[in-house]
Amino acid sequence: MPVAGFGALIIEITEGVEGALPVAVVPFDTSELSSEIPVDVGEIITNDLNRSGVFKAMDRNALVAGPNYSAQVLYSRWRDAGIEFLIVGRIFEKAPGEFDIQFQLLDVLKQNQLLGYSLPVKKRKLRSAAHEISDLIYEQITGTRGAFNTRIAYIKSQSKKARKYILQVADTDGFNAQTVLESDEPLMSPSWSPDGQSLAYVSFENKRPEIFIQHLASAKRSKISGFKGINGAPSWSPDGKNLALVLTKDGSADIYVMNIASKRLRRLTRHRSIDTEPVWSARGESIIFTSDRSGSPQLYEIAVKGGKPKRITFEGKYNSAASVSPDGKYIAMVHAERGQYKIAQYERETGNLTVITDSSLDESPSFSPNGKMVLYASTEGNNGVLYAVSIDGRAKHRLSDQSGDIREPVWGPYKRRRKR
Amino acid sequence: MKQYFSISRLSLTGLVVILVSSCATVQEMPIQDDVADQQLQDEVTTADGTIAGDSDGVYATAMSDETLTAQQLLEQTDTVLAIRTVFFEFNSAKLTDKSLAILEAHGNFVAGNGNVSLRLEGHADERGSREYNIALGDRRAQSSRQVLLFQGASIDQIDTVSYGEEQPAMLGHTEEAWAGNRRVEIIYRVN
Repeated sequence: MPVAGFGALIIEITEGVEGALPVAVVPFDTSELSSEIPVDVGEIITNDLNRSGVFKAMDRNALVAGPNYSAQVLYSRWRDAGIEFLIVGRIFEKAPGEFDIQFQLLDVLKQNQLLGYSLPVKKRKLRSAAHEISDLIYEQITGTRGAFNTRIAYIKSQSKKARKYILQVADTDGFNAQTVLESDEPLMSPSWSPDGQSLAYVSFENKRPEIFIQHLASAKRSKISGFKGINGAPSWSPDGKNLALVLTKDGSADIYVMNIASKRLRRLTRHRSIDTEPVWSARGESIIFTSDRSGSPQLYEIAVKGGKPKRITFEGKYNSAASVSPDGKYIAMVHAERGQYKIAQYERETGNLTVITDSSLDESPSFSPNGKMVLYASTEGNNGVLYAVSIDGRAKHRLSDQSGDIREPVWGPYKRRRKR
Repeated sequence: MKQYFSISRLSLTGLVVILVSSCATVQEMPIQDDVADQQLQDEVTTADGTIAGDSDGVYATAMSDETLTAQQLLEQTDTVLAIRTVFFEFNSAKLTDKSLAILEAHGNFVAGNGNVSLRLEGHADERGSREYNIALGDRRAQSSRQVLLFQGASIDQIDTVSYGEEQPAMLGHTEEAWAGNRRVEIIYRVN
């Protein structure tokens, strides 16, 4: 079900899930508005719920009725149509450019209201408010906080005459894409600050890799690491105070930790192998990284205070680019078998490794902040495309972009909750 | 002996040689003519073992020549110095005998010409993760650098950088494209 819109990205659900909960989202009533709004709130919610793989939203054209209030709902008709949850709503304009979105989540079988909110919202935040509603519905039914109202960052390259490298952020449905930085030289390895306000990334603008930090709202940026050799793979610590990074200034690629405020640097690994792609454990007490010290790239873990690295992965000859789930229970990675590069997830408690994608050049896995989805990059022809797959590998959707090659997606943190 | 190379089996006419005379133009350099590059690679890899000292060939000197400037020597298209790319096996920075011979020739040339410096740009194919490939490209540039230093080039004359998989010379997801992208490019600068 491709859905085109204002953004450059297009979402396509590529794999539906058996056993997904049947829901129906009735188009929100906008008849009270003085002029049309550019956002279809009901459609955004429908698409969010479908993308999660947890829900299967009824096709809009198949809806059995068009209620906008719970009082108008004839539950038996929805029950007969196989619907378990129904979402109805309406939008009012309180003042020019100021709206109220009211919605109700109804349990069709129990015939009662599970949620009912009125969200005040400015015009330019209408899309975001729709994602907030999706988050509330998701949380009410599954018990897990929704991650629809978050952002992703990724690198895009366009090759017309000269190749251009663009760092962008967008909503999780691909809309509202905004350029953070554009360069003639490669941009790489974006990493979100835990407050979602800044990105660290690698830029070759001075003909060599250097690490910059950029505040998104102000676009203020500063070079944080420009040592001789590689300055790469920045990763923000969960407390926001430190950056793990890779330097070759003392020899081969090793992992370092830099205090962002003082720029003080501490070397964490010391090995003639390649040590790279550091990421922090959920609570920040250890760092997981890629090393080929055994002869092929594998994942290792080292305490942030230092010590002997412990090997984590043993299955296959290529395991790299770890992403740790927010609860720390899973590690997603690039896993190669028979020359095919796929995304796998490793359950720490059981030691089970499960391949969750089925293409051959998949890379850059990144967990959603609720740990339910993994965003990653794949290829189609000569272009990179983004996919998100559920942690069990059952639900998958694609974010494609016709105007270039997109890669290295990273899922940003939760936004602060609205006060209620 | 090593400074003499037969060119009889190397058809280099298609090779596009771009001399980089200042840092600011480096960005226009890295991607050489793909076709010529691939031809060159095929020629080099099908040559039977030794490139050097073939008896029935035409001989060109790769060392500093009293009558030619360094710039002129670098502009010649029929010497081993015209070979500006060496290739690698998958996930390896090990130099083949041919790559070693090419790099030794460049090392000799740089060692004999103090006004010349060069940049070694390491690259990787697209497979695997991107930062790992940055480190792999760096390792390739470093192993190439070691050869140049061993031939007597000075540390100040050689700069290295890795682009990982970010600047492919060839597009596509084939063995051929991957082989063409696992490379170190030698980019000269004459002061």
